[in-house]
Amino acid sequence: MGSNSALLSKIATNDGHGENMAYFDGWKAYDRNPFHPTQNPDGVIQMGLAENQLSFDLIEQWIRKNPKASICTAEGVEEFKNVANFQDYHGFPDFRKAIANFMSKARGGRVTFDPDRVVMAGGATGANELVMFCLADPGDAFLVPSPYYPAFYRDLGWRTGVKIVPVDCDSSNNFQVTRAALEAAYEKARNNNINIKGLIITNPSNPLGTTLDRGTLTSLVKFINDKNIHLVSDEIYSGTVFSSPTFTSVSEVMQDVKNCNRDLIHIVYSLSKDMGVPGLRVGIVYSYNDAVVNCGRKMSSFGLVSSQSQHLLSAMLLDDEFVSNFLKTSSKRLARRHGVFTTGLKEVGIDCLKSNAGLYCWMDLRKLLKDQTFEAEMVLWRVIINEVKLNVSPGSSFRCVEPGWFRVCFANMDEHTVEVALKRIREFVGVQGNKKSNNADQVFVKSPNKKRSQNDLRLSFPATKRYEDVMSPHSPMPRSPLLRAN
Amino acid sequence: MCMLSRKATCNSHGQDSSYFLGWQEYEKNPFHEVRNTKGIIQMGLAENQLCFDILKSWIANNPDAAGFKRNGESIFAELALFQDYHGIPEFKKALTEFMSEIRGNKVSFDPNHLVLAAGATSANETLMFCLANHGEAFLLPTPYYPGFDRDLKWRTGVEIIPIHCTSSNGFQITETALQEAYLEAQKRNLRVKGVLVTNPSNPLGTTMTRNELNMLVSFVDEKGIHLVSDEIYSGTAFSTPSFVSVMEILKERKCDENGSQVWKRVHVVYSLSKDLGLPGFRVGAIYSNDDMVVAAATKMSSFGLVSSQTQYLLAAMLSDKKLTKNYISENHKRLRQRQKKLVSGLQKAGISCLKGNAGLFCWVDMRHLLRSNTFEAEMELWKKIVYEVRLNISPGSSCHCTEPGWFRVCFANMSEETLDLAMQRLKAFVTEYYNVPEVNGHGQNSRLNHSRRRSLTKWVFRLSFDDRSPIPGR
Repeated sequence: MGSNSALLSKIATNDGHGENMAYFDGWKAYDRNPFHPTQNPDGVIQMGLAENQLSFDLIEQWIRKNPKASICTAEGVEEFKNVANFQDYHGFPDFRKAIANFMSKARGGRVTFDPDRVVMAGGATGANELVMFCLADPGDAFLVPSPYYPAFYRDLGWRTGVKIVPVDCDSSNNFQVTRAALEAAYEKARNNNINIKGLIITNPSNPLGTTLDRGTLTSLVKFINDKNIHLVSDEIYSGTVFSSPTFTSVSEVMQDVKNCNRDLIHIVYSLSKDMGVPGLRVGIVYSYNDAVVNCGRKMSSFGLVSSQSQHLLSAMLLDDEFVSNFLKTSSKRLARRHGVFTTGLKEVGIDCLKSNAGLYCWMDLRKLLKDQTFEAEMVLWRVIINEVKLNVSPGSSFRCVEPGWFRVCFANMDEHTVEVALKRIREFVGVQGNKKSNNADQVFVKSPNKKRSQNDLRLSFPATKRYEDVMSPHSPMPRSPLLRAN
Repeated sequence: MCMLSRKATCNSHGQDSSYFLGWQEYEKNPFHEVRNTKGIIQMGLAENQLCFDILKSWIANNPDAAGFKRNGESIFAELALFQDYHGIPEFKKALTEFMSEIRGNKVSFDPNHLVLAAGATSANETLMFCLANHGEAFLLPTPYYPGFDRDLKWRTGVEIIPIHCTSSNGFQITETALQEAYLEAQKRNLRVKGVLVTNPSNPLGTTMTRNELNMLVSFVDEKGIHLVSDEIYSGTAFSTPSFVSVMEILKERKCDENGSQVWKRVHVVYSLSKDLGLPGFRVGAIYSNDDMVVAAATKMSSFGLVSSQTQYLLAAMLSDKKLTKNYISENHKRLRQRQKKLVSGLQKAGISCLKGNAGLFCWVDMRHLLRSNTFEAEMELWKKIVYEVRLNISPGSSCHCTEPGWFRVCFANMSEETLDLAMQRLKAFVTEYYNVPEVNGHGQNSRLNHSRRRSLTKWVFRLSFDDRSPIPGR
């Protein structure tokens, strides 16, 4: 088989898929020992998975009440042939209308979307790749504010050959991306002969959980207009905004910018987060550029949405009453869950970045670090996975430039599990707080499973532990962790 | 201003080819049995619409599987969340068993070597991304499916070098043609990474012979390259000779036992779009014995996973062996009958086809209707057939055929009545244009009418088409 690898492509044999990142140690630990409230209460709780599991009941209820929407019921089977046969890459007109309608509602009706600009893709994963194929050539680059979704490395660059140029943001201004930072990154790239084709932003942000304010968004639109580069706004979390400030989409801001070149503006959307249906693989590219819509449609052949799913979702998302109720209820439940979680953390002195969207918090554990380094972040992370038994995502995997931040997901579990997780965190941090020890080799932790004395138990890490041991091993994953890394 | 990628602005997507132009014309004026009886009949679409009733009735009798339920309990949430690129295990198991059944259980497939993709379109592209670098080449026998220009080349940057096949031997692949194609690649400084064949063939509607398959395996073994066998029509082999999969050949040659490297270099592409008539569901698959290919393709499938809702429904359907057995045999029967109808209808119009035993189409010989043995004449004839006869059929040039005058005509995507009507129109057309009586009182008028009609037609054509050559690949 060794000689065979020479017969495969570079893409097939390089690391562009990004799955060898340390990031996936957490998944391995979870897969080996997954938490279950009754069968395995000491298992690892999965908090690295940005899923929205809070509102399935609403969808299930709708499906039960609308048997015609499924081609598999007595009421709906008449449509079986038409649906099963339909592979037009334009998608069902009703489906495009439904998506445009849903996107509009998620933006409070402040923007309307043209169904003829809705292009299908294989999930947001497929949509992001498709947009890159349309906008950039191999070797071109896109600016991406950090911290960013780890799988961008794969989605934007693996098969397209497009490079990511990070625009580093930090806590000094709550990780907001500034025009100045963009200009600096752009100039630096140009000086290094890197051809910047555009800027990609995730709004609401993953992993920060924040939305861009109107002013900042406007300045970004002005920036790309000035430089004549593209703006891709990944808005897959737009329907998860649960508190103020309200979400401002790039579509709203376009009107405000004088002489805005609409051909530069593109939106990536999906139902995976807002509706919690990643399994149905609904990715959307919405572009204001006709050529991109045209080309994108042809490319969508490589990842069309199953007609069975289009059919179901068309009916569901054209039901205005359902959509309004869903968005409102989902938002309320996310707000409540976010509140419970952040309050619980605050009680033990852990702060999170103030956020108003997303399915996760950006947790500040800087004061628990032995020192402000990524090595220390990794050490802490291993403790959290192996001792506290929570799979959380270290900031370094999002290319955060400041050590000590962790993304913690809260919407992929029930209330009881949230309580268990908080309890473990409370115990970990400990009543005595989290003072650094004098001994540089030791980190104070409290093992939740061991009997406690008055003093903290100490878990010692030999100073000789090599950095490489803490980073990625090379064993292949039995499951596919990357697709959960979102 | 050109701000887009090269891929977005070139036309390697191949959609300017006549293959797709015919579809566009059809869309402007589609035939309907009631509402538009004068419209264009779609015979350019290789769809299998003959057995939906069987699937519909299965659904009616299996409400649980169909309704997101397991033992009466809703599993919607579980399905909605499932995005593991390894796929639902029950689905892959059922799919591999189905693939086996189609091959008369002469070969078996390991579900762990099966990678799901969003249709054969995605499967073929993914395989190219895995097997070839930008600028490398694959050899394909002509005529071939026009969509390959997009699927194999567009975003991957892979080149296609044709292996020229001709009617002199029923378009079978010869050793000479293979070697010539390989040499051609070398002349153009292109590194050949493999051969890709479609078996049963689109557009020929024939299955590959054992001879051809053995020759191909020996060829790729000798050259140390890959063989991709696109077997998406394997379940449509409705008459003898029976379908032989390349996997069977490998087994016969004991490739899996003798440690031969070629075992790992043969990959099969499958789909449910043709055999089961479910193109809308986007179910494609790659099967490979090479773990590295499986690993890489699995990761790539993230860009086009199969909807979990669809996997679940089909897992249940394909696990029902009574259904699959009945479906496979009914499908064969109905396809066979339908093909016979088309063939005899064509014969009545004095038109013959390549003897076919598979697929959803016939490879039709209209060389005798060409004004001259040229592709220009083929285009002229094609336009007449689209606009005057109002049948959308696919000209051989769009399939990269080296001989003018061949057309692919589909038969499984319409009702019997519509097929009858299509054949009537064709017969009328052939009679009118090619059996015009000689000069006499009556005949003179006819000839005049005929030539007047011809100039009118030319005028109409000039308005409809620009001068860009519809012949792709040039």
